[in-house]
Amino acid sequence: MTQLGTRLAAAALMAASFVAPVGGSWLARPATLVCALAAILGAGSRWDARAGVAVGLITVVVGAAVPLMLLDGPGPFGAAAPGIWLFLAGWTFAVWRMLSMFSRLPGRGAGALVAPALFGVALLYLWQVLVVGFAVPQVLLPAPCQVGHVLATQFDVFWLDFRQTFLKAVLAGYAIGCGAGFLVAVIADRVPFLGRGLLPLSGLVSAVPIVGIAPILVMWFGFDWHSKAAVVVVVTFFPMLVNTLTGLAAADAMQRDLMHSYAASYAQTLMKLRLPAALPFVFNAMKINSTLALIAAIVAEFFGSPILGLGFRISAEVARLNVDVVWAVIAIAALAGSMFYGVIALVERAATFWHPSYRA
Amino acid sequence: MTTEAVLLAAPPITGIGHRIVPVAAILALLIAVWYAAAVWLNAPQVVERFESDGKSWNARQLIEASWSMERPVLPAPHQIAHNFVETVFETPIDSKRSLVYHAGVTVSATLLGFVFGTVLGVLLAVGIVHSPVLDRSLLPWIIASQTVPILAIAPMVVVVLGSLGFVGLFPKAVISMYLCFFPVTIGMVKGLRSPDPLQLDLMRSYSASHAQVLHKLRWPAATDFLFASLKVAIATSLVGAIVGELPTGAQAGLGARLLSGSYYGQTIQIWSALIMASIVGVALVALVGVAERLVARHMGRPT
Repeated sequence: MTQLGTRLAAAALMAASFVAPVGGSWLARPATLVCALAAILGAGSRWDARAGVAVGLITVVVGAAVPLMLLDGPGPFGAAAPGIWLFLAGWTFAVWRMLSMFSRLPGRGAGALVAPALFGVALLYLWQVLVVGFAVPQVLLPAPCQVGHVLATQFDVFWLDFRQTFLKAVLAGYAIGCGAGFLVAVIADRVPFLGRGLLPLSGLVSAVPIVGIAPILVMWFGFDWHSKAAVVVVVTFFPMLVNTLTGLAAADAMQRDLMHSYAASYAQTLMKLRLPAALPFVFNAMKINSTLALIAAIVAEFFGSPILGLGFRISAEVARLNVDVVWAVIAIAALAGSMFYGVIALVERAATFWHPSYRA
Repeated sequence: MTTEAVLLAAPPITGIGHRIVPVAAILALLIAVWYAAAVWLNAPQVVERFESDGKSWNARQLIEASWSMERPVLPAPHQIAHNFVETVFETPIDSKRSLVYHAGVTVSATLLGFVFGTVLGVLLAVGIVHSPVLDRSLLPWIIASQTVPILAIAPMVVVVLGSLGFVGLFPKAVISMYLCFFPVTIGMVKGLRSPDPLQLDLMRSYSASHAQVLHKLRWPAATDFLFASLKVAIATSLVGAIVGELPTGAQAGLGARLLSGSYYGQTIQIWSALIMASIVGVALVALVGVAERLVARHMGRPT
């Protein structure tokens, strides 16, 4: 969509809300009226290179306030009038315009985070307004504010759950699983017979729903975090094995010949050439495993756990229809998973700075 | 990088003997370890039972008993094989006790979710490749979406869709879709960007529209990536369908078998459901492989 198109669409849709009912009179709410007019003015104006970001941000923020103020008035929620939705549609176009402006920023460092952050905040805001506006029952989908409130008030409980699931089960299982996968891959690379036997089998295992072993491991290792760590070990082992084996084969023949002509021993070739060449693949497995591990631990808790843990909290609160608590746990898990992934991606960038994908 | 690195890992192997012998050796070793572990894990219970019966026992009786318990901690392979054969071949397919019936329920949800997920994944990838806004804003959230524990959403997906009048297959397919659109999107973004700049420049000099470039250059260039992603996607789709059956109180399906086995301590039932799930998973991936070969032949590529 062209710049002019988004600009006109945003202003026109926002302005159209004045001819549609908004659930009351505009004149009765002077503050809302001022905000709405400012947003229309901002959305319709040119956003040039210098002041554009400021004008755009003011437009988006002021525009976002209008539906909130309209919905906050007297009268039943869910009786939201068409005017509000017209205004919101116009606001969405303004956000899109803002996003495309941010997308042209240089893609390095903090600049790369602005656009996705705004996108996420906009999604949360739309979720909030739509849930309140359509009076969606809390059992189906709670509003983000409600989830945030639960997060803030029950923080102690969630911290204990987080410690049980993430700091104990996930981290221990992840370290053991990735470490074992890596070691077995190095051994299998040294002993080709083992490698030829293991690779097809791990290919098979990748097609198998490993989550299915969770009930068995819970029976074996008990309800505490050890059984969850065991599930994480099994889940993370095979991606690491397969990727490391591929990575160890990644150093090309010329480089190996060079090491050979230096009379390098097996250990020297491994340490100085083949393991560094395998690093991108190892990190790839670590990234895949970071999200797999958390999901596996949570799923494993559904088959039995002590009275804490993120998975336990989810299953217990779903049964009581406390959906807001469930969403709070989901938010924690998603945040923990993303940060885990992000930390590994940062380490990867520092460790494999020589790789073509970072040199662009 | 996520999908194809895993899938392209299998090295070219020549000769049947070269291939079979190591696999058979490792398998034989695994089964031997399994039998030993079955004795080791089941022995305490067996000994307890012998002692409560006041019988004397020797090593041979101990081993035999631990390989033929009704609810063992770890069932021996032949027990699982026996249960598997019984529930697959000796039970009528429409019976609730037939594993084929349960696998059929799971596979139908898997395939439906796979189709949804593939369509969604391809659409997202096309959008991301063509719009810098989506590329910069949406792609990070797609990656973040996979950190949401899907099982957590599963009960709510079922409640929400149930209240809208959708029951049965559809909620499970939605969970499968959520899991399997991700590899397709990531693989296709990479695939649609794989034509090199020279080729794109050529299209530009023909004054080709975006749609024409997509149809005639990007799409054919992305087929390898598409199939590599589809293999991962169909496997995760199966996981999604099985996981989707756990909390929804599904009466049928492999996930329901796992759950009921875990409730009643029927370990043999759990293991044979797992074996069935593995066979189904391997078969589905092989099916995508066949499709890949057909498409490659149709496009005139060497296979």
